[in-house]
Amino acid sequence: MKEIRIHARAGQGAITTAALLGYAYFLKGLCPYAFPSFGAARMGAPMNAFVRVDSKPVRLRSQIYEPDYVIIVDHTIMRGYNCFSGLKEDGVAIINGKDGQVQAPKIKPKQKVFLVPANDIALKHIGRPLGNTALLGAFCAATAELGLDDLIAAIKHRFNAKLQEGNIQAAREGFDLVKNQIKG
Amino acid sequence: MKELLEGSMAVAEIVRLCKPGVVSAYPITPQTHIVEELAQIVADGRLDAQFVNVESEHSAASVVLGALAAGVRAYTATSSQGLFYMSEVLYNIAGMRLPVIMTTAARSISAPINIWNDHQDVVSLRDSGWIQFHAEDIQEVVDLHLIAYRLGEDKSIMLPVMVCMDGFILTHGLETVDMPSAEQVDKFLPPYKAPYKLDVENPLTLGPLVDPEYYTEARYALNKTHEEALALIPKLTAEFAKTFGRTYNGLVEGYQLKDAEKVIVAMGSVCGTIKEVIDELRAKGKKVGLLKITSLRPFPANAIYDALKNTPKLAVIDRALSLGSFAPLSAEVKAVFFGKPKKPQNISSFVVGLGGRDITKDSIKEIFRLMNGKDKQAEFIDLKPELLKENYE
Repeated sequence: MKEIRIHARAGQGAITTAALLGYAYFLKGLCPYAFPSFGAARMGAPMNAFVRVDSKPVRLRSQIYEPDYVIIVDHTIMRGYNCFSGLKEDGVAIINGKDGQVQAPKIKPKQKVFLVPANDIALKHIGRPLGNTALLGAFCAATAELGLDDLIAAIKHRFNAKLQEGNIQAAREGFDLVKNQIKG
Repeated sequence: MKELLEGSMAVAEIVRLCKPGVVSAYPITPQTHIVEELAQIVADGRLDAQFVNVESEHSAASVVLGALAAGVRAYTATSSQGLFYMSEVLYNIAGMRLPVIMTTAARSISAPINIWNDHQDVVSLRDSGWIQFHAEDIQEVVDLHLIAYRLGEDKSIMLPVMVCMDGFILTHGLETVDMPSAEQVDKFLPPYKAPYKLDVENPLTLGPLVDPEYYTEARYALNKTHEEALALIPKLTAEFAKTFGRTYNGLVEGYQLKDAEKVIVAMGSVCGTIKEVIDELRAKGKKVGLLKITSLRPFPANAIYDALKNTPKLAVIDRALSLGSFAPLSAEVKAVFFGKPKKPQNISSFVVGLGGRDITKDSIKEIFRLMNGKDKQAEFIDLKPELLKENYE
């Protein structure tokens, strides 16, 4: 079983992110359970979305406290929350942000953090600062949980026409960026 | 066909396949996605139904009452305060023997206002005369809607049925669902033919004033029908298994009960978490089990007795309160064993997960651990005593 925790603000697309991730796993024949947890239930309020995935149906209904992976859609949340709480010893975190914008988190030796300027990527390809698909591309490259093709198939299922094309390009750029970081 | 679906979308789709002629609802979190989707489905012409927009839940319930009184299959959905606002009409729907089917996205109640999941809303309506099913996962939610329509509309029953699904956890969660085909649904659920309806050619009165000469018998008959539903539910689930290949008991479901020394009794999605903990504890040699209650009304007292009469230690989980008394489900489970030849040595009662407080594996392990000691009465799990110390003087 793998557990992914997404940190965002309500309205930033975290549920769509979890749904895309879930759908990509579903297409691979796995059993995902993707679900949100709202805080103040208002746009802009910090919230979480989660994906729990296994080879058999997921029965556990609690929130995720010891994630294998963390995706931080809005790095300003890191000021008030420990987004790395419970992250596994060899866990991976993807942060939406640029160098100098985000203070390097204190991590354990085997943990990995990838900084992805996902909003810039999204602005370029989608025209709106919704970096979710770029972050998911980065997630695929950083974790090897899913191939880029799996993610693109999920994006095609979710979006049509121009939005689909833009999101695929954003996912690809996020993927390549992290692939190059790992190589470099 | 297997799909990854949000619980609310899965409900809207199965309702579409059940072909109600009237849908009426008022949006309330966390039920909203269900009725938004159904409104879209009707607007798109994918369901030949009237979607009646109303100004409140009281009216939504009145509209579906009217639809059934005119002999038309109907559907509504609500949650929490919306359910309470409906409640006056809900008792009427049951008393008038109209098989309305309703999904309730189980949610806490005010005050303080809270939109998250527990069972305080639905459990409060347990005496309304509605049949009440509780689902563990999204597949079960879907399947219980089919069983609900067949059961409620059966001529020997003619009662409304409420399918309860945990708010957010199931309404907003996505998981793999095997959605039945339209052909399968049509085979299992024939069109509704009302045994009685309002008709100008054959006038009759529904829900008239009934004086003391007759009232008792009307209520007696209602209660008696719940007993008959207990017998019919397993027959319908057996027929369901033949058509759809999924097996449910419909009343209760045992998990690792055979040699269990400690058993938790619970309803809804928390049963998944409990099963997960049971597997972990069994791997360490602990003899633990679960009895899931699917049908809260009618209450399957005999099925519970048969399943648990030889269990040494029981714990009942309530996600609701009966303020000023015992936790509601625990009181009913205890009543099952009163005066019976066999019974558990201990029956403890725990309150957990109110207003969306997360129920973790540790919460469940704590309950199994506390079952070692003396009986607990409505003991709150994961309570934060420090929050009780506020002083306003």
